[in-house]
Amino acid sequence: MIENHKPKIGVYVCHCGSNIAGTVNVDDVRKWAQEKLGPEGVVIARDYKFMCSSLGQELIEKDIKELGLERVVVAACSPHLHEKTFRTAAEKAGLNPYLTELVSIREQVSWVHTDKAIATEKAKSLVSGTVQRIAYNTPLEKQKVPINANTLVVGGGIAGIQAALEIANAGFHVYLVEREPSIGGHMAQFDKTFPTLDCSACILTPRMVEAGTHPNITLMTWSEVTNVSGFVGNFDVRILKKARYVNEDVCTGCGICTEKCPKKVIDTHYEAGLGYRKVVYTPFAQAVPRFPVIDRPNCTFFQKGTCKACEKFCPTNAIDFKQEDEFINITVGNIILATGYDLFDAGRVTNYGYGRLPNVFSSIEFERLSNSAGPTGGEITLRDGKTKPETVGIIHCVGSRDKNFNNYCSSICCMQSLKFAHIVRERTGADVYEFYIDMRTPMKAYDEFYQRVLDEGTLFVRGKVAEVTNAARYPHEKGKLIIHVEDTLVGKQRRIPVDMVILSNGMEPRHDAKQTGQTFGISCSSDGWYIERHPKLDPVSTMTEGIYIAGCATGPKDIPASVAQGAAAAARVLDKILQKEVEMEPIRASVIEENCSGCRICNSMCPFNAIAFIGDLKVSRVNPALCQGCGTCVAACPAGAITGTGFSNEQIFAQIDGLLMTV
Amino acid sequence: MNKYIYYPGCSMEGSARAYAESLSQVAKILDMELATVRDWNCCGATEYLSINLIPAYSLIARNLAIAAGQVNGTNELMAPCSACYLNLEKADYYMAERPALGEKVNEALAAGGLHYKPGSLQIRHLVDVLVNDIGLDVIKSKVVRPLTGLRIAPYLGCMVPRPDYQHRWSDHEYPLELDDLMHVLGAEVIDFPLKTDCCGGHMSQIAPETAYELIRRLVSEADEYQADLMVTVCPMCQMNLDAYQGEANRFFGTKYQMPIVFFTQLMALAFGIDAKSAGFGLELVSAKKALARIGVEAPAPEPASPRRKPDGLPMPPHRRKKYASGREASDEKIAVAE
Ligand SMILES: Cc1cc2nc3c(=O)[nH]c(=O)nc-3n(C[C@H](O)[C@H](O)[C@H](O)COP(=O)(O)OP(=O)(O)OC[C@H]3O[C@@H](n4cnc5c(N)ncnc54)[C@H](O)[C@@H]3O)c2cc1C
Repeated sequence: MIENHKPKIGVYVCHCGSNIAGTVNVDDVRKWAQEKLGPEGVVIARDYKFMCSSLGQELIEKDIKELGLERVVVAACSPHLHEKTFRTAAEKAGLNPYLTELVSIREQVSWVHTDKAIATEKAKSLVSGTVQRIAYNTPLEKQKVPINANTLVVGGGIAGIQAALEIANAGFHVYLVEREPSIGGHMAQFDKTFPTLDCSACILTPRMVEAGTHPNITLMTWSEVTNVSGFVGNFDVRILKKARYVNEDVCTGCGICTEKCPKKVIDTHYEAGLGYRKVVYTPFAQAVPRFPVIDRPNCTFFQKGTCKACEKFCPTNAIDFKQEDEFINITVGNIILATGYDLFDAGRVTNYGYGRLPNVFSSIEFERLSNSAGPTGGEITLRDGKTKPETVGIIHCVGSRDKNFNNYCSSICCMQSLKFAHIVRERTGADVYEFYIDMRTPMKAYDEFYQRVLDEGTLFVRGKVAEVTNAARYPHEKGKLIIHVEDTLVGKQRRIPVDMVILSNGMEPRHDAKQTGQTFGISCSSDGWYIERHPKLDPVSTMTEGIYIAGCATGPKDIPASVAQGAAAAARVLDKILQKEVEMEPIRASVIEENCSGCRICNSMCPFNAIAFIGDLKVSRVNPALCQGCGTCVAACPAGAITGTGFSNEQIFAQIDGLLMTV
Repeated sequence: MNKYIYYPGCSMEGSARAYAESLSQVAKILDMELATVRDWNCCGATEYLSINLIPAYSLIARNLAIAAGQVNGTNELMAPCSACYLNLEKADYYMAERPALGEKVNEALAAGGLHYKPGSLQIRHLVDVLVNDIGLDVIKSKVVRPLTGLRIAPYLGCMVPRPDYQHRWSDHEYPLELDDLMHVLGAEVIDFPLKTDCCGGHMSQIAPETAYELIRRLVSEADEYQADLMVTVCPMCQMNLDAYQGEANRFFGTKYQMPIVFFTQLMALAFGIDAKSAGFGLELVSAKKALARIGVEAPAPEPASPRRKPDGLPMPPHRRKKYASGREASDEKIAVAE
């Protein structure tokens, strides 16, 4: 603000239909702003049913042109929603976009209050604060930086594969980083997929092969991202490529090493603990890439210094015990995280006996049991590996929709349980009971599948199972697992003896999701899933520009939805790449170096690593290219030596004065 | 020295004497100082809270108030009985959670010049104290006569791990604290699936058939696993399973002979205490055979005190049935049947 010149301010109050007007007396706010804020520079105040409509926007544009407005205050919804709309409108009329501000009187007023008088007063205070502050706003210019056209996709499940293929097919380079020895994710463990029951491997393998051989995809398995710095358009990424002890250049994937390896261990990962694998292994026959890895902690040579059977028999001398972990640095413009989910540990629901009662199986165990490439060749048997069950109980919602564990619905378990029932009946003819709280089969062809399983004679009991026990009360229960449940449709407690119990344990965020999120600068919800920029309107973006999320990393979902998100994230990335350059918000922090004591508190606080200490001068300095304008350092600086554009002390104090003005 | 304020509860002086005696032996060996709550009163057991809330909580809180006044180097109040423990916990928890209740209870206490500020005590069950404060290592180090070869069904009952207001237990449905404790004594611990099921509580007084069924489930399951005996942590569980086992047997035509003893009795044995001082011989289903398995001779049972002969004059024959049926013919039939 130039001394003694009060800029001309226009105030626009939105009704948002009845969203705001139902709780805030909009007319009163407008009148008050016009009369009371006149001395502060308000020359016009208007209200309108929907400010965001084109007519509403035109109203502002017209006033800017005709009344010569220099600042615009719109009291409407959250800036997350429409800041851009109004700034663009004002810009069209010739006003620098940073001279327009939104006051949230919907999310912060009408939606959270019920008393109309108080809500109206609060709306006035908020408007007054922004009117006072905006006088000190200065025109800012967006910076433009070029975008690196390479993309990093983290996680090679179906979502990550889809994203990588879309971008690669559009002609841009992708680094696909997967921490396991093969891509494929959870889908590679299944036999059949609902609702069509097509073979999982048959639909997945072609995609895996395509990703593995695509000229535009650099596939890095047995690898993990350890560090990310930079910003949208230019991320520097450090990748740890773990030693495979197999030379990928000469290995043909013939499998002789695996065959000759004398040591077997329980495969807790791919076989879900139900089967064995060798110490030099590829997780499954269709693995991509086909090169095996040596499991060092279990390898006799690494532990005892002798053996080397794999080396002796390898026809191409591809075994290399001297290989070491390697770090690879790459630069990419955008990143897609498709790290998927972990399974809820069924043993945590102690009353269902998983881990204690042998014939209680987890969902993923059953997937392996029913898989024709699994430990029993697809035969459904009890834990002894021989006996066919005659009665099977499938329990839904294990760990999901349960206040003791996770509140959310894992969304796929109903369908997955129906799939299990179908497979059990088809292969064993056993009687199958499903114990459900509610059936949730809302997607395409899902309810039809439910009808089909009903018609096949599966018995449905509505009720949450209290316990699974081997403590028989009656002679006919001897030697069985008894499912104790309240059948809420009959209104009775029932005890149903079965031979086998399958727990539909739901999905959980990856155990290290939080840590991975920190590496990439994105956050998790209280449940642990990655947070979308907007849950409805921007489901694959995050609050960090250039970082996208897809698949089950954002929450439980089925394969079609995971694939759709992978493709959606790819489209967002392609959009960025094709723009060739990216506009950076000009909100930045800067250090007033005379006031800086060099304490370096801000250095470690900055979530974007944008502040460096200049040793010679003993002051900290902000790298404007990295700064995201979050304001953490401004608040943290004990000397008050850091200021943010758009958030200067004058602006903040003026806003506080305005807020405290009696309305 | 581990100090605790000790709330014994009524049973410890009567039906659960074996618990009291063995606990005092165990406490000595483990260097635990138990300072009994002065002039303590009944906790209200399982019934009172469901009948009249304020007086019931006041009854419990009186003990809390006195114990809080007795705090001396520790604010941990330990109860060996599950019902007492739960009641004390409940009163402490709800007085804080529902301030109006807390106020009313304190009004009642004020009549006796007492006051209790919820949260001033930590309320603990004996098993929790032994496993988490004293520690399994220390307990193990005191074992001189391992219970090798003794098959034990560890039974916690329903009130100790649930609702667990202070989150002290590893699990509510399948806690393994007692299993672990028995294990360090050298015993063979069976994976008893009914470890937190109900023993029948006071159903044995109100609806015996219900209690018999609950007792049968527990005893038959322990028998199924070929347990030599079952250990409990609660006087009420012990009473139900021991004293009513015979009745339950008669009711179902079964012949179970499952000894039910307190876990502290086995600790005492393992620590080298003789069977009598460990409270053996007081149980109704004799533990003699089980003890023989580990080479311990059971004390001779105390001779039952002779039944008192009824005083006074004989009663006339019972006539109630006649009035009830009101019909001569059926009355006759009953008479014949009798
Ligand atoms: C028992 C069961 C049965 C199911 N059956 C069906 C069905 O029949 N039909 C259906 O539509 N859906 C089914 N689903 C759902 C299906 O599994 C998911 O929708 C799908 O697998 C999600 O794919 P994704 O790529 O998001 O995650 P994932 O399959 O979990 O893949 C994620 C990948 O990322 C990798 N990764 C994780 N973290 C990192 C990291 N930090 N760095 C590098 N790589 C990382 C993982 O190793 C993994 O390869 C089922 C789910 C379960 C639990």
